[in-house]
Amino acid sequence: MGRALRPRHPRVSREKLYGWGRTAPSVANVLDPTSDEVFSLLCTSTHVLSRGLGRSYGDAAQLAGGLVLRNSAMTVMDEIASDGSVWVDAGVTIDDLIRVGLPQGWFVPVTPGTRQVSVGGAIAADVHGKNHHVDGSFGHHVLSLILATPTGTITCSPTERAELFWATVGGMGLTGVVLRAQIQLLAVTSDKVVVDTTRFANLEAVMHEMQTGDHRYRYSVAWVDCMTTGAAMGRAILTRGDHAENGGERQSPRDAKIGVPFSAPSGLLNGLSIRAFNELWFRMAPKQRQGEEQSIGAFFHPLDGVRDWNRLYGRRGFVQYQFAVPDAASETVVEAIKLLAESGVPSFLAVLKRFGEGTPGPLSFPMPGWTLALDLPVGPTALPGVLDQLDTLILEAGGRVYLAKDARLDPATFRAMYPRFEEMLHLKHQIDPNTVITSDLARRLELIRK
Amino acid sequence: MENAFGQPQTVVVLGGSSDIAREVTKKLCAARARTVVLAGRNESLLREAAEEAQNAGATSTHLVSFDAQDVTSAESAVAESFAAVGAPVDLVIIAVGLLGDQLLDENDPAAAARMSIVNYAWPVTALAALRQRMVAQGSGRIVVISSVAGIRVRRGSYLYSGAKAGLDRLCEGLADSLIGTGVTLQIVRPGFVHTKMTTGLKPAPFSVDAERVAKDIVSGLGTPALVVYTPSIMKWLFAILRHLPAPLWRKINEER
Repeated sequence: MGRALRPRHPRVSREKLYGWGRTAPSVANVLDPTSDEVFSLLCTSTHVLSRGLGRSYGDAAQLAGGLVLRNSAMTVMDEIASDGSVWVDAGVTIDDLIRVGLPQGWFVPVTPGTRQVSVGGAIAADVHGKNHHVDGSFGHHVLSLILATPTGTITCSPTERAELFWATVGGMGLTGVVLRAQIQLLAVTSDKVVVDTTRFANLEAVMHEMQTGDHRYRYSVAWVDCMTTGAAMGRAILTRGDHAENGGERQSPRDAKIGVPFSAPSGLLNGLSIRAFNELWFRMAPKQRQGEEQSIGAFFHPLDGVRDWNRLYGRRGFVQYQFAVPDAASETVVEAIKLLAESGVPSFLAVLKRFGEGTPGPLSFPMPGWTLALDLPVGPTALPGVLDQLDTLILEAGGRVYLAKDARLDPATFRAMYPRFEEMLHLKHQIDPNTVITSDLARRLELIRK
Repeated sequence: MENAFGQPQTVVVLGGSSDIAREVTKKLCAARARTVVLAGRNESLLREAAEEAQNAGATSTHLVSFDAQDVTSAESAVAESFAAVGAPVDLVIIAVGLLGDQLLDENDPAAAARMSIVNYAWPVTALAALRQRMVAQGSGRIVVISSVAGIRVRRGSYLYSGAKAGLDRLCEGLADSLIGTGVTLQIVRPGFVHTKMTTGLKPAPFSVDAERVAKDIVSGLGTPALVVYTPSIMKWLFAILRHLPAPLWRKINEER
C-alpha cells in the first residue's frame, strides 16, 4: 500500500496566486482537498481549476474569483512495481519520484528543468525534458490516469477513452482534475550522468551538430546567447549526456541550499547585467569536454539549487517565450534570435532543443524540429511588440508557442497556432457541459467561452 | 484577462467621450482590448469613440448612458457596463470631469454643487459600485483620471481642483484597501492637457496633448505604480510647487 508523503492543510483561504513569472496574479478561493472531496466540489462550484506547485510561468494555474484546488494533499505513492510502473497521487512531485525511485534503481522518464513539479501539473502541461527527441514528453510515459470531471470520475489511458486521455495530457487542466496516475519509470544503474560539452561560435554550427548528432545521446540541450549580434550571433554551449552505466550510490538529489527571500529591485537584471552574465557563462564553459560525470541534480535541475530564483527578476517579473517550429523552418530559429538580438531587448541564455513527435492530443505543443525558450524580464517598452512580431514569425513557419510558459498570447494567434482547439471544446462539452473548469489562461485565450 | 504586460482585453470607460479616454481606448484596442464599453452622456460623441475603437481593433463595443450630475446614475451605469462585458472586466477607466467656469460658479450654490458632484461624488459612487464587483472577480485594474491641480489647489480653479483633490486623496486610501484582493487602482495626474475641456484656457507650462497623456497612461498599466504623472516632469515640478510659500504660490498663479 502507498503512504501519504505530506500532511494536508484543511482550510479554504482567499489567496493571490502567481505563475512562476510573477506577472499577472489573481485572487481565488484556494483549497487543498483530498481525492475523495474533489468530485463533490466540482459539482457544487461554478468555476474550478486544479493547481500543482505553480511552476507554469503565466496564468495557466490561476482562476480569478473561482475555486482553485491545489493537489498538495494528494500525496500517496504506491510501491514501485517490478516493471517500473507506479501509481501516484497527482500531488506527488518529480522530486518525490526521484527520491523514492532512485535508490531502487528507477528514474523519472521525463523531467523538466525543475524537480518541483507535481505529477498532475506535469500531465496538464505535458512537460518535456532534454530527452524529447528520443523519449517524447511526460504524457508518453503515463500508462493510465484517473480524472475527476463534473460528470463523473473517469479512468482513461492510451487504450481506454484515449481521446479524453490525450486531451488531458497537455490540456492545461481544462478537462478535469487529475487525481492519480500510473507512470512508467526508467531503469537506471547509477545516479550519475556522463556528459559531453562543446562550445560553438555561432548558431549555425550548433544547429548542424544537433541535427546530425543528437540521436547518439538520450539527453541534449544547448544554451544560446541571444544578445550578441554579428558573426558570433547565437554562440552556444551544447551539453549532451546519458545515464552512467554503473557506479555512484544512487543518492537522492540535495535540497536547495540558498534562496531569494524577497523580490530584487526591478531593473537589477537589465541589458548590461544580463549581457555580462551571458559572457561569463559562455567563457566558463570548456571548448570541448568528453565523458564528465555529473550528478542528476546538477545536470537536470541546475536552477533548483536556488529557491525562488524567479524573484531575482523583481516586482514586475518576467515572461518566458518558448516556441516550436518544424525542421523545415530551421531558418526561423535563426530569424527569431536575430530579431531578438537586434531589438536590444535583454534576454537570458536561451535554451535550444531538438523535438520529436508530439502526442495525439489537440493541444499538444511539441512537433519534430526545434524548440527555443527565452527568459525575458518585463520592463522594456519594446518587449510586448517584439513578442507579437515573434508570434507572426513562428505562425508563418507553422510553429506554435508553449501554453505552460505563455502569459501574453492573444486569442486569434492562439487559434491559428492550435487549429485543433475545436476538438478540445467538443470533448469538453461532453464531460463539462456547464464549463465549470476554466482558468485565467483559458479566459485570456478565449479557449473557453462563458 | 489582463496579460503579463498589463494589456487588458475587456475595458469599461466611464466618461468614454472625453478626449483623453478616447486616445487611451484607441491604444488599448491596438494592443489586446476587444470588448469595450463606453459610458457617458453625449451619445453622438460616444458613437464616434466606439467607431474609433473598432477601427483600432475592438470587436465588440457597447454604449451606456448616464448623467454625472445625478449620483444615482452611477450604480446603474456600472451594473450595465459589467453586464455588457459579461466576463471579468480587466480595466475600468474613470474619466468623468467638468472644468466649469470658476468665476461664474463660485458664487452660485447650484453650480458649486454641480462641480463637486461631477468631479467627486459621482466618481466616488461609481468606485463603490465597482469595488465590490472587482473584488469578487479577484482581478482587474481601476484607473482614475485625477489632475496635478489637486496636488495644490489654486484660487483660479478651486471648485474643480478641490474636488479632484478629494477624489485623488480618497483613491490613495481606496488603493490601499484593495491590497491582496487581486484588484489594483492607479491614479493618473496629468498636467495641462489640450482637449475640448480646456479649449480657450491659457496653457500652463509643459502642456501636452491627449495622445501623449494616453501613451503615459497605457505604459503605466504595466507597472505597479500607484500614481502616474503625465508628462513625467509634473512629479518633480509639483514636488516643489506644493511646498512653495503661500505668497509665492499666489504670485505665480496671478496671471493665470
